[in-house]
Amino acid sequence: MAALKIEQGASSHSAYDLRDPNAQVIESHTLAVLVDNEAGVLARVIGLFSGRGFNIDSLTVAEVDHLGHRSRITIVTRGTPAVIEQIKAQLGRIIPVHEVHDLTVEGPSVERELGLFKVSGKGDKRVEALRIAEIFRANVVDSTLESFVFEMTGTPEKLDAFAELMRPLGLSDLARTGVAALARGI
Amino acid sequence: MSRSMTGARMVIEALRDQGVDTVFGYPGGAVLPIYDEIFQQNDIKHILVRHEQGAVHMAEGYARSTGKPGVVLVTSGPGATNAVTGLTDALLDSIPLVVLSGQVPTFLIGTDGFQEADTVGITRPCTKHNWLVKETDDLAATIHKAFHVATSGRPGPVLVDIPKDVQFATGEYVGPKQIETPSYQPAKKGDLDAITRLVELMEKAERPIFYTGGGVINSGTGASQLLREIVEATGFPITSTLMGLGAYPASGGKWIGMLGMHGLYEANMAMHDCDLMIAVGARFDDRITGRVKDFSPDSIKAQIDIDSSSINKVIHVDLPIVGDVGHVLEDMLKVWKARGRKTNAEGVRKWWAQIEQWKAVKCLTYRNSEKTIKPQHALERLQALTAHRKDRYITTEVGQHQMWAAQFLHFEDPNRWMTSGGLGTMGYGLPASIGVQVAHPEALVVNVAGEASWLMNMQEMGTAVQFRAPVKQFILNNERLGMVRQWQQLLHGERYSQSWSESLPDFVKLAEAFGCKGRLVSDPADLDDAIQEMLEYDGPFILDVMVEKHENCFPMIPSGKPHNEMILGEASTEDAIVGAGGALV
Ligand SMILES: Cc1ncc(C[n+]2csc(CCOP(=O)(O)OP(=O)(O)O)c2C)c(N)n1
Ligand SMILES: [Mg+2]
Repeated sequence: MAALKIEQGASSHSAYDLRDPNAQVIESHTLAVLVDNEAGVLARVIGLFSGRGFNIDSLTVAEVDHLGHRSRITIVTRGTPAVIEQIKAQLGRIIPVHEVHDLTVEGPSVERELGLFKVSGKGDKRVEALRIAEIFRANVVDSTLESFVFEMTGTPEKLDAFAELMRPLGLSDLARTGVAALARGI
Repeated sequence: MSRSMTGARMVIEALRDQGVDTVFGYPGGAVLPIYDEIFQQNDIKHILVRHEQGAVHMAEGYARSTGKPGVVLVTSGPGATNAVTGLTDALLDSIPLVVLSGQVPTFLIGTDGFQEADTVGITRPCTKHNWLVKETDDLAATIHKAFHVATSGRPGPVLVDIPKDVQFATGEYVGPKQIETPSYQPAKKGDLDAITRLVELMEKAERPIFYTGGGVINSGTGASQLLREIVEATGFPITSTLMGLGAYPASGGKWIGMLGMHGLYEANMAMHDCDLMIAVGARFDDRITGRVKDFSPDSIKAQIDIDSSSINKVIHVDLPIVGDVGHVLEDMLKVWKARGRKTNAEGVRKWWAQIEQWKAVKCLTYRNSEKTIKPQHALERLQALTAHRKDRYITTEVGQHQMWAAQFLHFEDPNRWMTSGGLGTMGYGLPASIGVQVAHPEALVVNVAGEASWLMNMQEMGTAVQFRAPVKQFILNNERLGMVRQWQQLLHGERYSQSWSESLPDFVKLAEAFGCKGRLVSDPADLDDAIQEMLEYDGPFILDVMVEKHENCFPMIPSGKPHNEMILGEASTEDAIVGAGGALV
């Protein structure tokens, strides 16, 4: 029945049908999940990922609408196109989940993460750390004679790069928030 | 009108407003206020079980045979943990249940109080949704929401955990009409464009097949009616999963039998070779697909399902339609009629000729015996002696007997067949049969059991006797964990590790001990008489049918093999090739 072969993307089921469903490439996707901020909702989302063997690279959550008690969970996850589709469908089934957006395919988006970096050292290393921090536009939010805490916001890649440079200069502690993301435009 | 009452009273009020007539439960400290309210009313009947797992399976039997949600009441801690297997069973088979559990008072939560368990934590992955109610004012609304979530969309079990102080305290009751669930709005109607595309495919298909499942049953009797209409009108062959038996009648002309691991040869071959597969409320379980890579390699696949996560989960589907089966079938029928009721008659005729050749294999052939009762024969006799009963309900345990029951019993209507499909829970059938009987007191309810499974919840015989539920326990006793033994024989070098039962009880004496009747039958010549006695007995009955110990269940697709690599038993494709003109490959 070759004549009947439906073209890829023929259905309105999801934007993803345009891609090869059987592709084995691993992709990274940023998902925004709007949920009722009720007890246990984060456990439901995390339990879904652990129970079904999906990956979480980063996860952030905070209430974004205090009156409506809505929280926004931003999840960076990895998988084949079919797995990513399944993750979105499974998230959509959770009762307190209102919306699931795949920011990676729904158009351009901005992603930002905040990091705090403690760098301890004296002499040249200390000067060099400060110089690099300036290049990266990191702020000094704490300082002693032998340490700095830098604060930096940027893409996860930028934070990675900064951490790599700081490591030989005495990076002793690091805290990252995970990614927050929004679609660009209106 | 504001109505103040205690939380415990609210529970009863809410159940009444939801139209609940029966609750299956077991009391304990954390639910005593609710039991006190149960005592003081007569609208809702309480069935006292012997183990909370039994309560949940009874509620499943009740739900599956009525289409209404089953309701369970258990205490905190061990009461709730005993319910977990039943919840998981209901989740995998999409059965609507509302389980109410007691919890320690809110001020004790988190202190490892007596009979405290993190019930919402434990049951989160085995419910569709669950709630811990911390304020009496929220209790009524939460119970109404629970019913809505359990019964709408893809049905499933839900749990409401109610601390004891919330049951004692007074709050405002709200009725079911005031409930909103903004984040939960399951789609009903399917996309009309997609439905039209499917009709276009149906018009051209040369080798179409309907592959139907439990979703048709869950969608209601109307969906089964529409399915029958569409199948008759198009003349396409139809197969079904274990879960969907009865949606299309076994006596129907287009029925080609159950598919899957122990499905019929013709059904599996047709699935493998079709060019258009129309999945209706079926989810491509691994017992259905066999090796995914080789599953129906040349077909276009359309899938109708209310749960979008069921689509493209296992098998890539070319044409997904998210919606309620009943609604989608209705639209599909309309569109197909409006476009002139077309099919590829010539192609479909040839397709049927091919299917007839597969049927000629007679894949259920077995060697009967005059000395020992063959399990297949026992089921054929049960079928023959009960076929005239339109009100016949069958439940099963899990194992070979379950598969034989699916193969040899015939179902003409939906909601007549209750079996643990997704979870495969031994111990399901006896309590489920009681739940069915409670819902249909006059009906004939038979549990087709294996002796090992039956023992897992045999305590519920006490419930059957206490509530005069005349359930018939038809035990196919091979003194073996037959299905395990079969796999060990075929796949583990005949090393029969722990797969036989010694010290089995005397089931006849056991029946007497419970206060009902039993009979043992081992001679094929006595079988009909024994079945008749069981059917005619006015009360619960255990028929211990001693069957051949080493019979295997065929056909069988060993797991990980494709559909066309089926093992047949006594039937053989060679004879069929001769019989069917040598055309079979
Ligand atoms: C609770 C549970 N434990 C274990 C199994 C694995 N299992 C599947 S079938 C089976 C044997 C069932 O024996 P019996 O009830 O006598 O049925 P038969 O296969 O002999 O007909 C076992 C142990 C299961 N399905 N459920
Ligand atoms: Mg057995």
